[in-house]
Amino acid sequence: MYENLETAENKENLKRVVIDPVSRVEGHGKVTLLLDEDNKVKQARLHIVEFRGFERFIQGRPYWELPVLVQRLCGICPVSHHLAAAKAIDQLVGVDPENLPPAADKLRRLLHFGQVMQSHALHFFHLSSPDLLFGFESDISKRNIIAVLNEYPDIGLQGVKLRKYGQEVIRMVSGKRIHGTGAIAGGMNKSLTKEERDYLLKDIDQMIEWSVGAVALIKKVHCSNLPYYDDFATIPTSYLGLTKNSGALEFYHGGIRAKDANGGTIMDHIDYCKYNDYIHEEVRSWTYMKFPYLTALGQEKGWYRVGPLARVNICDSIDTPLAEQARVEFKQHGSEPMVHSTLAFHWARLIETLHCAESIKQLLADPDLMSSDLVTQGEKRFEGIGVIEAPRGTLFHHYQVDENDIVTKANLIVSTTSNNMGMNESVRQVAAEYLSGQELTEPLLNNLEVAIRAYDPCLSCATHAVGKMPLQLELVDAEGNLIDKLVKHSDGQFEKTT
Amino acid sequence: MIKPILVFGYGNLSRGDDALGPLLLEHIEEQCNLEAVEILTDFQLQVEHALDLENRKLVLFVDASVSCKTAFDFCELQPLKDKSYSTHAMSPASVLQVYQAIKKQDPPPAFLLSIQGLSFELGEELSSQAEKNLFLAGQFARQLLNNTDLNYWRQQIKN
Repeated sequence: MYENLETAENKENLKRVVIDPVSRVEGHGKVTLLLDEDNKVKQARLHIVEFRGFERFIQGRPYWELPVLVQRLCGICPVSHHLAAAKAIDQLVGVDPENLPPAADKLRRLLHFGQVMQSHALHFFHLSSPDLLFGFESDISKRNIIAVLNEYPDIGLQGVKLRKYGQEVIRMVSGKRIHGTGAIAGGMNKSLTKEERDYLLKDIDQMIEWSVGAVALIKKVHCSNLPYYDDFATIPTSYLGLTKNSGALEFYHGGIRAKDANGGTIMDHIDYCKYNDYIHEEVRSWTYMKFPYLTALGQEKGWYRVGPLARVNICDSIDTPLAEQARVEFKQHGSEPMVHSTLAFHWARLIETLHCAESIKQLLADPDLMSSDLVTQGEKRFEGIGVIEAPRGTLFHHYQVDENDIVTKANLIVSTTSNNMGMNESVRQVAAEYLSGQELTEPLLNNLEVAIRAYDPCLSCATHAVGKMPLQLELVDAEGNLIDKLVKHSDGQFEKTT
Repeated sequence: MIKPILVFGYGNLSRGDDALGPLLLEHIEEQCNLEAVEILTDFQLQVEHALDLENRKLVLFVDASVSCKTAFDFCELQPLKDKSYSTHAMSPASVLQVYQAIKKQDPPPAFLLSIQGLSFELGEELSSQAEKNLFLAGQFARQLLNNTDLNYWRQQIKN
């Protein structure tokens, strides 16, 4: 571990390097490095502008608005927020998950598989494949989707079409690509028509085939570069996620499981409505983002990772055959019970993509999807908690309402928050093992971004006003004098000044 | 049947003036004949939106812009390999570039209507200035959709 690089001593004697913002992640992140006169890294931190205003945005609104309202928190994973909120407000109308009409449960699962599939496809093919196919320190002009489309046209196009297919699943289930109102308190507001089902069935075998190819591709990339891929940004950690009662991989509804770095069980089948008893959040002075930890292990040792790597690590199996076969191969590639390689996030992500494609096919064969029995209600409650596995990891929505159905309290723990410590540790590992002592160049600094990108962090603001988001990297000496400056303008052009 | 004209407005309705793109679509839906016009919206542009450009005669992207010096701006787009093609939110020009890379052919003529926005915080209402800009941009968009001739659209570009 590299905790010693979180806070340096004698900062006044150190040079400061800033990567701001980190590119190919959602939202605004910044990395700062403090270097001594020999360019040895003494401090490395990932700073993230937190999702401030979430709770204020939600409080004071009637609960039934939440599934639509929370989609606007994030332009990247609106369906994840939509479903987590829907699960929470089910409880407000007295409906527990096991009492949801089967059609509603299956439609929500279909919606969620579509969301995870499109999100994972975007991340792998669009944002990460340039690094993985061309190399972390390759010419910057190559590290983009256009270069992938030009040099690997089949892979590039498959990525675009997998993404599109996932979006079409969302559109069919919720009625719209975005702002759809698929899930409502106690159920769903529409089922699939036969035409909609047939439309999705038409291409699903192709999606499964491409997903199988994608798993084979990442396995080949990963295993062709051993031990580098198993060492880069790698940190032994605990992992947390939902699983089914059987211990199988689960995205929509299950109990909380956490395992330690050796594969030992920390907790299992925990009712997520009691998450507050098991997870606390720590605040640190240098970042807006909180650091969640397992109370059983304490602040120092209780941090954990979530997301594809966590889920594939902690589950006992996957209940679709091709993805299960891929999971077994994934686990067997290393010699330890848990796969800690940060770059293995990509591999796990594509195993999940395959699982989504297989699951979508299974669900589309289920006549319940066309049932009209979509909504149920029970006795009103004043508190609701919804937890799902979003593409980037476990997502918690927790609401309290008053007698007028107005939200009085909201608490959200988003996936990227849970990975905050993991991302910081990965940044420190790369800084210490790959950058320390070297003259910093853009290709070398891309290694830090590669480590962060593996987590697919969503630092979302969903605001994309034209003209924003420049990147500026400054090298300042011990006296505070600017030595080097690299600027990426909003039009994408780079300028270096000395 | 694919409609020949695509109007794609993007932005987040709950982020103040970022709502300008989707709100202009609402205006168009109320005020214009949509027989030949398809309206699409999303939070932001992404790689798969290149597939929405297939078989179109004209494409109009609509977005909020902090760089806009007047109430609105109108320009023609060319495929451009800017850095946005490697983010979660692409520029319309880079979507055209993706179209070109996928289809191995030129994209349909595409234009960007930028509407000046000032404030983009979560939970904010549309600013009063943005409301005025939206009204003016809406009038302009109506003119465009009443005359979907490529040369006419090009003539509307201010130098």
